[in-house]
Amino acid sequence: MSAEPTTAAPEAAPAPGGTPPAPVERERVSAFASLSRVMLVAFVRDRAALFFVLLFPLMFLVLLGTLLKGASSPHAKVEQVGAVRVLDSVQGEARAGLEQVLTISRGDDEAAALEKVRKGDLDAMIKEGPDGRVVVRYSAADQVRAGSVQGIVNSVVQQANQATSGKPPAFVLESSQVEDESLKPIQFLTPGLLGWAVATGAVFSAALTLVGWRQKKVLRRLRLAPVSAGAIIGSRVAVSVLTALAQTAIFLGVATLPFFGLKLTGDWWLVVPLVVCATIAFMSIGLLAGSIARTEEAANGLAQIIVLPMSFLSGSFFPTDDMPSWLRAFSEVLPLKHLVTSAQSVLSRGGGVMDALPTMGGLLLFAAVLTGISWKLFRWED
Amino acid sequence: MTAAISADGIRQRYGDVQAVDGVSLTVEAGEFYGILGPNGAGKTTTLEILEGIRKPDEGRIELLGLAPWPRNPRLLPRIGVQFQASAFFNKLTARETIRTFGSFYGVGPKRADAMLERVGLTESGGVMTDKMSGGQAQRLSIACALVHGPELVFLDEPTTGLDPQARRNLWDLLRDINAEGRTVVLTTHYLDEAEVLCDRVSVMDRGRILRTGAPAALVREIDDTVRVSVESGLLALGTARELFTAAGAEISSLEDDGVSLSLSTRLPGPVLSVLAEQGALRGLEVRGATLEDVFLQLTGREYRA
Repeated sequence: MSAEPTTAAPEAAPAPGGTPPAPVERERVSAFASLSRVMLVAFVRDRAALFFVLLFPLMFLVLLGTLLKGASSPHAKVEQVGAVRVLDSVQGEARAGLEQVLTISRGDDEAAALEKVRKGDLDAMIKEGPDGRVVVRYSAADQVRAGSVQGIVNSVVQQANQATSGKPPAFVLESSQVEDESLKPIQFLTPGLLGWAVATGAVFSAALTLVGWRQKKVLRRLRLAPVSAGAIIGSRVAVSVLTALAQTAIFLGVATLPFFGLKLTGDWWLVVPLVVCATIAFMSIGLLAGSIARTEEAANGLAQIIVLPMSFLSGSFFPTDDMPSWLRAFSEVLPLKHLVTSAQSVLSRGGGVMDALPTMGGLLLFAAVLTGISWKLFRWED
Repeated sequence: MTAAISADGIRQRYGDVQAVDGVSLTVEAGEFYGILGPNGAGKTTTLEILEGIRKPDEGRIELLGLAPWPRNPRLLPRIGVQFQASAFFNKLTARETIRTFGSFYGVGPKRADAMLERVGLTESGGVMTDKMSGGQAQRLSIACALVHGPELVFLDEPTTGLDPQARRNLWDLLRDINAEGRTVVLTTHYLDEAEVLCDRVSVMDRGRILRTGAPAALVREIDDTVRVSVESGLLALGTARELFTAAGAEISSLEDDGVSLSLSTRLPGPVLSVLAEQGALRGLEVRGATLEDVFLQLTGREYRA
């Protein structure tokens, strides 16, 4: 009855005047490392999580990057019925320039050509009418294409008229794009889809860890072990940040392949601190969802309900310029919107530190506010 | 010497239910102490309050001379806990699990593996915890509670759901732990378990402790009858009754269910001599009072786990 435990560890033995502080310090360090390891191992062994966090977003990048590859130059197909002098007269270099924007095929059957326009196989039919008139028949189904065909043919006609007059033109229009000419879809797809991937990973990891640990009583067990809250939260943040940086590396690696052709501009490395801050902001969303939800299923659903609409509103999948203004105003409170915008800026628009810093501050502020709310709602037990 | 646990006047109410209704107890260092009672008696809540997971509505508690509430990091390395449901991390093997728990207490992988060996799980060290059998999971859970060599161990119904062999193995382990000088507090709804393992046991029902003492002393306290039974068909019921009455044996509840002839008596001597004279001793069993009888006596209700 009076024997002391024989195998008690020195640090676990009762100290008369309280426990010496040194072993506690050592424990905290190893608890952080081993908790990080536990979460990393669980993530790597969870095939579904790996798929949704790493592979699924990458599939979107590859798919959309391939589909939208040539989308920036609207190419119109037209059929020329019979001889059209004004088109036929364009030769040499001018001809090559014209064919970059217009594919011209030749035919003799006007009715058949019109039918093709109606079906959408052709964008327009061109023929020469009496008195040098050039007739363009188009479908209103695709007004952008129809407009660009009219514009092109009109300019060809104007140039021909001008040339026959034998005088130099009185006015010349000179226009060029403001952005770098290389602004291809891959350059808004990469930051957008990367943002979506990071948001998915961070929101889900925070929410599911909290709810899963609460449900499985791990949280309660940790509460009865000399592990500090800092070690628990710190390890979760560390592992999620590591995951997000892995996502970033994979995304940039794939997008900069010659096939996709992403060209990184000057301070592109700023995407790293941006992603770190955004991960913390997304984790605070997950923490809130995990504080509210009671079961893993509920946490899963709640996280999905948050992440998907946020991704659409933040321009992860397509530009949001056409959104109604009230919706755009709402999207300003979403951390993903700011990550996507800033990442786009530093990755491909030559943005620098001053573009990224305010965003980072905002993301961390967002995280602080949501963590504060979660703190109020936090429960150790079901 | 400081008591391992001293608790005074603990009360805890959940809505309309008074889950714990004024529990006071003292557990000496090195003691094997049991809290026995049916489901819903308030055992788990009492244990959770003692461990420091719950703050009681009322009452004062000291573990090893320290207050468990609020969370006391100086106390935590000195106690070990095992919950009713095993609390393991996802997607980890048994060995990874015990090493992880060890790391929380500054215990290295070697000592963690030794604890795994101690509970006989070395060969299952590479098995994922969610693929382990109930007995294995229970042993791992206990190993995780013991990995840091705590002075005071709390076990909440450690043998529930185990097959008889696994139960006996676990009993051996728990006795060994106690033999090392560790104080063990366990809840159980198995009366036989409390009788076999505990130095002292508190019988609990409806949030109150009804009686506390050594199991044998509790049984002796109640002046109860002895149950005697032999194989059916050796002695006709009517004949038996006449013979017992003639021999002056006071008997009650004499019955023959087709398998055994059984009866209760305060004086087994005359009954046994009658049975011996008649050569009707085949399958003889004599059973004294058990904690079940204690429970029946204390509550007026049949014990139902």
